[in-house]
Amino acid sequence: MRIKISNGLVIDPANNIEAKYDIYISEGRIAAIGNQPDGFTVDETIDATGCNVIPGIVDLRARLREPGPANKATIESETRAAAASGITTLCIPPDTTPVIDTTSVVELIHQRANEAGHAKIVTHAALTAGLKGEQLSEMAILKMQGNCVGVSNALKPVSNNLVMRRAMEYAASCGLTIFLHSEDEGLAGNGCAHEGAISTRLGLAGIPETAETNAIARDLLLVEQTGVRAHFCHISSARAVQMIARAQYDGLPVTADVTAHHLHLTEMDIGFFDSNCHVRPPLRTQRDREALIDALGTGNLNAICSDHEPHDADAKLAPFAETEAGISSLETLLPLALRLSDELSVSDVIDRLTHQPAKILGIDAGSLSVGEKADICIYNPETSWIMKTDNMLSAGRNTPFAGWEFNGKVTHTLLNGKVVFST
Amino acid sequence: MKRFDIQLDNDNQLRHFLTIEGLKKQMLLDILDNAENFSSVSSRQIKKVPLLRGKTIANLFFEASTRTRTTFELAAKRLSADVVNININTSATKKGESLLDMLHNLEAMQVDMFVVRHHSSGAAHFIAQHVAPHISVINAGDGSHAHPTQAMLDMFTIRRHKQDFTKLSVAIVGDIMHSRVARSQIHALNTLGVPEIRVIGPQTIIPNEAAHLGVHVYHDMQQGLQNVDVVIMLRLQRERMEGALLPSENEYFHMFGLTEEKLKLAKPDAIVMHPGPINRGVEIESSVADGPQSVILEQVTHGISIRMAVMSMALGRPSLTEGGQS
Repeated sequence: MRIKISNGLVIDPANNIEAKYDIYISEGRIAAIGNQPDGFTVDETIDATGCNVIPGIVDLRARLREPGPANKATIESETRAAAASGITTLCIPPDTTPVIDTTSVVELIHQRANEAGHAKIVTHAALTAGLKGEQLSEMAILKMQGNCVGVSNALKPVSNNLVMRRAMEYAASCGLTIFLHSEDEGLAGNGCAHEGAISTRLGLAGIPETAETNAIARDLLLVEQTGVRAHFCHISSARAVQMIARAQYDGLPVTADVTAHHLHLTEMDIGFFDSNCHVRPPLRTQRDREALIDALGTGNLNAICSDHEPHDADAKLAPFAETEAGISSLETLLPLALRLSDELSVSDVIDRLTHQPAKILGIDAGSLSVGEKADICIYNPETSWIMKTDNMLSAGRNTPFAGWEFNGKVTHTLLNGKVVFST
Repeated sequence: MKRFDIQLDNDNQLRHFLTIEGLKKQMLLDILDNAENFSSVSSRQIKKVPLLRGKTIANLFFEASTRTRTTFELAAKRLSADVVNININTSATKKGESLLDMLHNLEAMQVDMFVVRHHSSGAAHFIAQHVAPHISVINAGDGSHAHPTQAMLDMFTIRRHKQDFTKLSVAIVGDIMHSRVARSQIHALNTLGVPEIRVIGPQTIIPNEAAHLGVHVYHDMQQGLQNVDVVIMLRLQRERMEGALLPSENEYFHMFGLTEEKLKLAKPDAIVMHPGPINRGVEIESSVADGPQSVILEQVTHGISIRMAVMSMALGRPSLTEGGQS
């Protein structure tokens, strides 16, 4: 199938392109941008007039719940939601059930993803066996035989400094990037909201900023010592941004991401115990939110991700602290990112959603270079729509963004040159 | 724009009673005035009025409590309501039934009001958001969040002794961090116009952001008690000795226990309050708890009147005169 995407505004930050071009696709790859190649016959034309044509979004972190609790979501349901949201590659953390510490789990995931065919999946390998923070996982085998693109202990702590040091050293020798959820277990305690004015008012156990910064300080010192390439997941505080920026300035091989919801919500949004705002790390203050947006602009925070956590309804139907943390956020990733138009250029926003995350994962994706796999998202930036939970494709309807008005809606998603979603 | 408050109905009358926060001063004064009327009922030979005859009130206690549950039960009975006590530790949720399933079952039994105590902050709001429209929810204590009827009975007690809230200096001593009572008291005192509210305790049990609640923080009890009109002692939970919050009961009593000597720093006519049950020799000396300035037992008595007032207001029968005394 030979496809021509005509008349769209092509935004491809990896190649510094932001102009009206036609794109030609054959054999699943991008054949040309601009002029029609000799001998290219068009089987199908996608009219992208008035639309932006961008690389398929690469989501650094999304939980699809498979293998795991099937009542929450499946690879089929979530990759379908991803395709409808312009996301073509999803990276899933190793805290599936069972944990990704054997190649058989990875194989199962890839098999299910291929059957579904809506989006590509890459995985992280568990850093420690069973994510217990005690023994190293077989990360070299998981990399070579399971194609794992990094190691991570997901949301589980590695409290023992020596274990963390060894894990970083071993990951470095395997050439693996370590993805860190930096949170001090003791300081976070049983907290469920940012320790601040709101948690004090509502009597919710707080998670202080130091739960994040203290853990980042330790991890940065060990990164410096071991030389491992490290990526810090879902940074939530202004102070943490400063520490990351300083480390980058000093030349450490460090990147970081922020979730789309931390760029738009603060502790205030909890209101009177809205469990849809129960997330980890917690929503912090307005000052923190502004610092996160600034750092995204300067590039100290490299990428925006969804941190998708689909839940069944019961998981959120309880008093705040007893609910499960997380937002079903695939379908709001692009719209929330596009809302940053006052602070960032569209090209920078797209960069943080495509090229940067692909670079962090070390995968061939996130650009529209000729010869690349044709993973493409086309969206109309003018279409305004209102988020409704009833219209969600994800099996998880847990979102605090219901009722929000967005501009920008995906019209087509192509995966390997095949249309996997169109309106 | 009118701010939506789940506690009030369309006519701004009390529908649920979940927290003091957000309620207007006049509403708090109405509660106090109604309680004043009801307090005479308790001293009559026949301690009953028929205001809530035919209504059914369910006490849902997910956390053990003798005093609070008993005063709610007595208040309901004196209003002639039917009362069911459901102790959840021994009930359905232990068998895996969800909180909402249980509520809907009780709704199906035509209950008119839930009085809820729960170990989790926000539980009363959660229940109020999910009950059928005709049901009222009264918060009898949720986690560390709120205990509004306790705060109101404390305000009632203070008003009995001090009349004018706008001239008072009030000190609350102890574990503010984990105290739903303190949070509700602070909201109530601020709403009623108390100009000086102090919280006293070591930094480990005073939230960093306490000032946001509208209080002055003291870590030194001697300074904090200077010239106050009201001293409210909080109960110290034994489990606070774990988790490195406090070294020992002995040290706590030494530093923050209320003794006759420390009480002398307050105004000579200061009253001493405690939400109970008291730990003698931990947060308060027996001679103070039983002394002439203590109003601790009065608080318990007033608890019944306050709960009668709140229950009757939430069920739309606010006063003795309107409801008729047949």
